[in-house]
Amino acid sequence: MDALIHQVLAGLATGGIYASVALALVMIYQATHLVNFAQGELAMFCTYLAWTLINAGFGYWPAFLLTVGLAFVLGVVIERVVIRPVENSPVLAVVVVFIGLLVILNSIAVWIYTGTIKTFPSPFPTEPLFGNKFMSSHEIGAIVVTLIMLLLLYAFFRFTPLGLAMRAAAQNPASAKLVGIRVGWMLALGWGLAAAIGAVAGMMVAPIVFLEPNMMGGILLYAFAAALVGGVDSPGGAVFGGFLVGVLENVLGAFVIGNELKLAVALVLIIGVLVVKPSGFFGKVHITRV
Amino acid sequence: MALLEVAGLRAAYGPTRVLHGISFELAEGSITTVLGANGAGKTTTLRALCGMVRTEGEIRFGGRRIDGRATEDIVRLGIAHVPDGRGTFVNLTTEENLRLGAYTRKDRPEVETDLERMFAYFPRLKERRAQQAGTLSGGEQQMLAVSRALMLKPTLLLLDEPSFGLAPLLVREIFEIMRTINQRERVSILLVEQNAAMALDLAEHAYLIETGRVVLSGPADAIKRDEAVRRSYLGY
Ligand SMILES: Nc1ncnc2c1ncn2[C@@H]1O[C@H](COP(=O)(O)OP(=O)(O)OP(=O)(O)O)[C@@H](O)[C@H]1O
Ligand SMILES: [Mg+2]
Repeated sequence: MDALIHQVLAGLATGGIYASVALALVMIYQATHLVNFAQGELAMFCTYLAWTLINAGFGYWPAFLLTVGLAFVLGVVIERVVIRPVENSPVLAVVVVFIGLLVILNSIAVWIYTGTIKTFPSPFPTEPLFGNKFMSSHEIGAIVVTLIMLLLLYAFFRFTPLGLAMRAAAQNPASAKLVGIRVGWMLALGWGLAAAIGAVAGMMVAPIVFLEPNMMGGILLYAFAAALVGGVDSPGGAVFGGFLVGVLENVLGAFVIGNELKLAVALVLIIGVLVVKPSGFFGKVHITRV
Repeated sequence: MALLEVAGLRAAYGPTRVLHGISFELAEGSITTVLGANGAGKTTTLRALCGMVRTEGEIRFGGRRIDGRATEDIVRLGIAHVPDGRGTFVNLTTEENLRLGAYTRKDRPEVETDLERMFAYFPRLKERRAQQAGTLSGGEQQMLAVSRALMLKPTLLLLDEPSFGLAPLLVREIFEIMRTINQRERVSILLVEQNAAMALDLAEHAYLIETGRVVLSGPADAIKRDEAVRRSYLGY
């Protein structure tokens, strides 16, 4: 029983990471109907930035905040410089651009930092909090950080005029322009936010998986699964999906199929959802008129 | 000087030319109506004014050239547009839709007053305040579109068939509201309407367009008496 509780809680910790990346994917998908395949590499790259800052003598939290800011700027710049010119191109062309972005970010990371595995510090104590035997401090801390971030995002989109404008621009760009919203900039802001969310996820997962250029590969796959489970156009669904996938992955990995096949869980989920309920648990069902 | 001056306006969707050099004016504080059969280019004319289609020709607003400018910038000059199809933000609430109309305004307290004013014009919207706008009826969405445009506090209001899909009683109500905001708030109105009789009663000036050209223009009274207009658009 203890083992099961342990796996469920550990699953919530990684689930929070998947939830964050899934949320980043969904945000960009809602605004552009494109899936950003480079989301994981962007997060990885930002985690390296954090590593650089920490090694340059910054304290953990200053480096954390600075990285979030840099990630935001990087996201905005990528949207303006790389994505915007292909905005109206056929989907396949945009997918190629995303994959190009993925490969480039990966190679730049290898070029600057080499491919060797690095340890990334955790800001949380090494001994378990409150002497509990189920979760490490880092797992608890990661969950807390994720939840705070999700709450802030929720408050931003729900209660601020800018958040409302971003939702409006994503839903109905033509009408948004007619009320004076600069839709292009809203997309760029969305990219900035998505990159910042990814950076937080990267920094939270790096102490667990170690820092290396391919560290987000598996996570991105889980995040896809999470986004699909929740419904690819539902931010709340993506977050729920993230936690669900995290728990399933851990529990199934520990007791049913073994750690080696854990990644298969994501794939099975993706295919399962696509076959059984393509709109996910919380997504809207799109009916196409014929 | 006219508030809006349009000269030689041309527009096309891809290779299809739709407007072939339209010229018209709208006097400050007036209501002007644009009439025409289906496909004549009325909606396209309004879209052209807002920079929503590529155009050639001159558009001046308050003396300033606005052709070629981005829609967002034209809106900031005080031109509100109730678009064809209503343009509802379907996943947002009624109130959020209205607040978006005031997105460019900086006078927060007055926005609150205006919100209440819209609810006074359309009590139905108040009842539906927290409801997803996509679930409103067609008529309610039309009221929402008109109020959303008014939330901008526009100098010029472009209306694309505001009576479309409304019950006769509501049509009269909407026309009454247009008259009120024109008289009380000095909002100039460019009105595109299928309901030619009511539009001509409301407006001071009218233009008739056919296949992308102005074929007739003049004071609304005179247009109303025009033989051809009577037969084709007024039906008597
Ligand atoms: N997005 C578009 N792409 C291509 N052609 C279009 C488009 N929108 C309108 N058209 C064409 O332009 C012409 C004028 O259309 P427009 O919508 O301006 O007419 P309208 O006068 O508003 O008609 P209605 O009274 O039916 O609303 C029509 O022939 C139409 O087929
Ligand atoms: Mg029309």
